[in-house]
Amino acid sequence: MKNKYIIINIEDNCATSLDKILQDEVLEIHNNLIKIKQEIPFGHKFALKNINKGNQVIKYGEIIGIAIKDIKAGDWVHLHNIQSHYLEETK
Amino acid sequence: MSDGFLGYQRAKGLVGIRNKVAILSSVVCVNNVAQQISNKLENSIAITHPLGCGQFGPDLTYTINTLVGLASNPNIYGVVIVGLGCENLTSKLLANQIKRSKKPVEFFNVQDIKGGTIAAIEKGIKIGKRMTAEANEIKREPFDFSNLVLGLECGGSDSISGITANPAVGIISDKIVKLGGTSILPEFTEWIGTEHLLMERANNEQVAEKIQSTLNNFLENIMKLGIDFRGIQPTPGNIQGGLSTIEEKSLGTIAKAGKAPIQGILNYSEKPKGKGLWLMIEPGLDVESMTGLAAAGAQVIIMTTGRGSPVGNLISPVIKICGNPKTCDWMGCNIDVDASKIITENKKIEDVSAILWQKLKDICNGEKTQAEILGFDEIAIWRVRGTFPFSLE
Repeated sequence: MKNKYIIINIEDNCATSLDKILQDEVLEIHNNLIKIKQEIPFGHKFALKNINKGNQVIKYGEIIGIAIKDIKAGDWVHLHNIQSHYLEETK
Repeated sequence: MSDGFLGYQRAKGLVGIRNKVAILSSVVCVNNVAQQISNKLENSIAITHPLGCGQFGPDLTYTINTLVGLASNPNIYGVVIVGLGCENLTSKLLANQIKRSKKPVEFFNVQDIKGGTIAAIEKGIKIGKRMTAEANEIKREPFDFSNLVLGLECGGSDSISGITANPAVGIISDKIVKLGGTSILPEFTEWIGTEHLLMERANNEQVAEKIQSTLNNFLENIMKLGIDFRGIQPTPGNIQGGLSTIEEKSLGTIAKAGKAPIQGILNYSEKPKGKGLWLMIEPGLDVESMTGLAAAGAQVIIMTTGRGSPVGNLISPVIKICGNPKTCDWMGCNIDVDASKIITENKKIEDVSAILWQKLKDICNGEKTQAEILGFDEIAIWRVRGTFPFSLE
């Protein structure tokens, strides 16, 4: 069986898809049911839990960016709703 | 023996996983002399390069350090150095520095021998035959992984590398460090965006400051050329593939170095001053990078590749691990460990790292990598600053 997604670190609040995941698909992750809100292309990320605007987006157990909008569990996570923390800090 | 490998004991407590005699040219002019000597000797390699004369300052220093480091690597039993006689990087200078490793070293210049290159090649073969016979007397013995220096490399990366092969390698790097060994992460341009994380992992304040100043100096210098490095990463292709921020991209790269504390930051080809995880200042070109790792004393290198790279290294075996199912299929002969099962077979990163760990032990014990089997053994020396650093425009 194929893996549909991968979570690199247990502290991560987003997962990376390893296959195209369709809208409205429901995934059981860590005993939670997560309904995918938009199609997630291969290699893209979706939120595992709600991430409010201004909060950290975690992958590899580290901060990869800050939410610039409220993100709901199952939302596609990309540059439309997160931005670099590093670039803001080093401006 | 619980966890260890069979290697060759060298002087100064070092251990090799290969047992070759190196025929080293001090200058490009005698590359073919060195190569033709090596061609006649079993169990030998020719270390040749396009440099060795007309170089000055830091450019020359880096060339010397790299050639001395390669020849001093414990995978090499002994060294025969061939010079021409009029070059500024002399065979004698290299011999004196390589002798510090206490391994057998001999040298001569072609211009000092009556009979030209024909006589010089005969002389080299004679010395080389004696040296390879001595090398063959040495047998493998058991050692633990505290004796291993592991190089971490990636090349031909894709969006899959950072979430499959790289974290699997990170587990191995942490394991080597935990067992008292050493691991080196090169390719410093690919740390940009994660300085703060690397600094948090630094062993002390000085190391943290060095990480910051190294990257800041680079960013400022390249800014003078009109390039904002931070603005060009990730590339549009990366973003289309799912990578969002520069942090995310760089985290995928440094995932190869696991979570261990950072002991220090090394110059190109510089030997680590102790055990544990080290960073190395070094360009992003794989062959130059792995040459620097071998010169720093890494006996083995693990290289992750997504799109598929054939490259190896003359001194240190390069184990290739790939997470891309198509590459593992199409370029299977160039891949040692298939990490694509994370995608295709519901395997975990930990499952793949267990396979990689076994492969690492097998390669240390003498099994050949795919690059060794296929004869890929590139070296290239990083030229830090051209000897003539002016523009022709």
